[in-house]
Amino acid sequence: MTALPLRIGALSWRVRPRAVTLTVTGLVLLVLLMALNMRIGDLELTLPEVLTATFDVDSAAHFVIMELRLPRALTGALVGAALALSGAIIQSIARNPLASPEILGVTTGASVTVVAGLVAGGSAYGTVTGLLATLGVPALALLGGLLGAAVVYGLAWRRGLDGYRLVLVGIGVAAVFTNVKFWLLTVGDVNDTARAMVWISGSLNGRGWEHVTPTALALAVLVPLTLLGTRSLDALRFGDDTVTGLGVRMNPARALLVLAAVLLAAVATASAGPIAFVALASPQIALRLVRSDRPPLLCSAVVGAVLTTAADLIARTVFSPIELPVGIVTAVLGAPYLIHLIWRSRK
Amino acid sequence: MSATAVAPRLHGLRRRRLTVLLALLACVAVAVVLSVTIGSKPVPLADAWHAITAPTGTENDIVIRSLRLPRTALGILAGIALGVAGALMQGHTRNPLADPGLLGVTQGAAFAMVSSIILLGASSLLVHIWYGLAGALVASVAVFALGMVGGRGGPTPVTLALAGTAVSALLYALTSTIVLLDEQAMDVFRFWQAGSIASRGGEVVWQVLPFVLAGLVLALVNAPGLNALSLGEDVARGLGQNVGRTRAVGVAAVTLLSGAAVAACGSLAFIGLIVPHLVRPLSGTDHRWLLPFSGLVGAALLLIADVVGRVVAPPGELEVGVVLALLGAPFFVALVRRRKPVRL
Repeated sequence: MTALPLRIGALSWRVRPRAVTLTVTGLVLLVLLMALNMRIGDLELTLPEVLTATFDVDSAAHFVIMELRLPRALTGALVGAALALSGAIIQSIARNPLASPEILGVTTGASVTVVAGLVAGGSAYGTVTGLLATLGVPALALLGGLLGAAVVYGLAWRRGLDGYRLVLVGIGVAAVFTNVKFWLLTVGDVNDTARAMVWISGSLNGRGWEHVTPTALALAVLVPLTLLGTRSLDALRFGDDTVTGLGVRMNPARALLVLAAVLLAAVATASAGPIAFVALASPQIALRLVRSDRPPLLCSAVVGAVLTTAADLIARTVFSPIELPVGIVTAVLGAPYLIHLIWRSRK
Repeated sequence: MSATAVAPRLHGLRRRRLTVLLALLACVAVAVVLSVTIGSKPVPLADAWHAITAPTGTENDIVIRSLRLPRTALGILAGIALGVAGALMQGHTRNPLADPGLLGVTQGAAFAMVSSIILLGASSLLVHIWYGLAGALVASVAVFALGMVGGRGGPTPVTLALAGTAVSALLYALTSTIVLLDEQAMDVFRFWQAGSIASRGGEVVWQVLPFVLAGLVLALVNAPGLNALSLGEDVARGLGQNVGRTRAVGVAAVTLLSGAAVAACGSLAFIGLIVPHLVRPLSGTDHRWLLPFSGLVGAALLLIADVVGRVVAPPGELEVGVVLALLGAPFFVALVRRRKPVRL
């Protein structure tokens, strides 16, 4: 793999032309998909109509675009990028292709608190409107996600953070959360259960600007931070002993990256629920497209955004008027593609 | 170290392992006694013995013979099956996150059951189990075939694990879609997903028994080959191992064991995932010991968790899957924290 050096002052990165090409292609694809998302819905618009409506504040289409379709599409893209980036970081640190934010307790923690809230609140919860309805579930999710991560992190910390111990503690804690979640589903009324199932599959239905802003802010802060951290990721790949030998201070670097992964996943989950499979599959898809030996971070994020946006387009339209949770579609789209890539890379 | 010094050490290791084996057998025996005697209606040990050896149709005899014994037997079978399957799966993928569900077994069973409900209106437990078994078998064969494409001596651990995750995710998505559209399917699915060995009846035990036995035989046959594979595929090939065949036998064993357990008891992901990690400090990485130890610990853990589930929430019961997680995970985490875990 050819790699060109890129220097800014004292910092330097290796830039892979293939990764750059793929990232740019992905971004173009993302814009096209978003444009398609703006056009399609109960009110069909052509592209010129979309453009005029965007700037014509008085038209009916303006409301549809600016208050319904655009924030929803942006939420999807941002959440997909955040989950994928989180997954890429965790897979690099754990050196394990199966690792995802579930291992850190984030998405599973969020699922438990939200299901508990929906089941305990009962059907009455469905009639609650206004502030509680818009903020209640995301707040519960964020709280549960961070709490779950704190539990995993706290239990795994012992005179430093060992990647292997983190993964093992993570599977133990995730198992508890998952089982408790399913137990809560058996306790609840079947209607509440169905509503909870939609949430734990990840859904973009009715997402607005209040979901876009936190995810965008999190990405704006955490992406640069993560890219700075890639240098220590490059070193981490050689194994703990070599890393210490290379003089990289392992624990602060690792702890900071874990924290970034937790925050990305927590914010994303609070906005759209734990959209299945994006965090796990996007880094693996990006890795195979770029043909590198560990998940490329930026490229993974772009793959996550494209996957989620395409999935939402399908979730909105295929079974219309019934809308599927987007997380179901990400798996239906992403899984065969990942299988195809695995299949091709073996030949 | 000279050969004369190695021999006594190996001898000591062997003795220690045999001691552990006996201790684990004793644990299972205690768990069986608890499982048969404790419940919403406690039965004295003497009465239980009486019910088994010379039943006279008293109330206790009926409780023991029609409820407790089948439940205990299913617990033993499922515990052994999932423990052994977990150890095999982690050995073959060299991945500490691997569990029997990784091959698509769990989601294959769930998808087959849920579709049989909406397509065929299947409603009896036995019919569900057969669909679950069939779904588990088909899904894991598909995963293995996918992981194997490209030849070169069979699937590598990473492609096998990723193909399994991808297929599982796909099947779970399809299952979720059905469940969201059909309330009756949702009702069956959520209880199946929580996992239980209660009120399955003796018939179920007999139906899954042959699959579990076949799986155990294959697992034992697979152990030496798996030991060689854990040195690396090239070394294993150099030692004269047929890598592809060893993997195939391992996958067949995992499929039979976990397919049977999952179809009969629902999703009990916890045991297969965690038991091998609990056992490795006792057995080391030699699969000839790791596999039987994992089976015994799995059985004891499942039975004890089931007993706890019966007594903690009277008059109802807590599903064994939930108890397992609540009991087992803190124990597991404590163990992982206390000593350096044995790496794969």
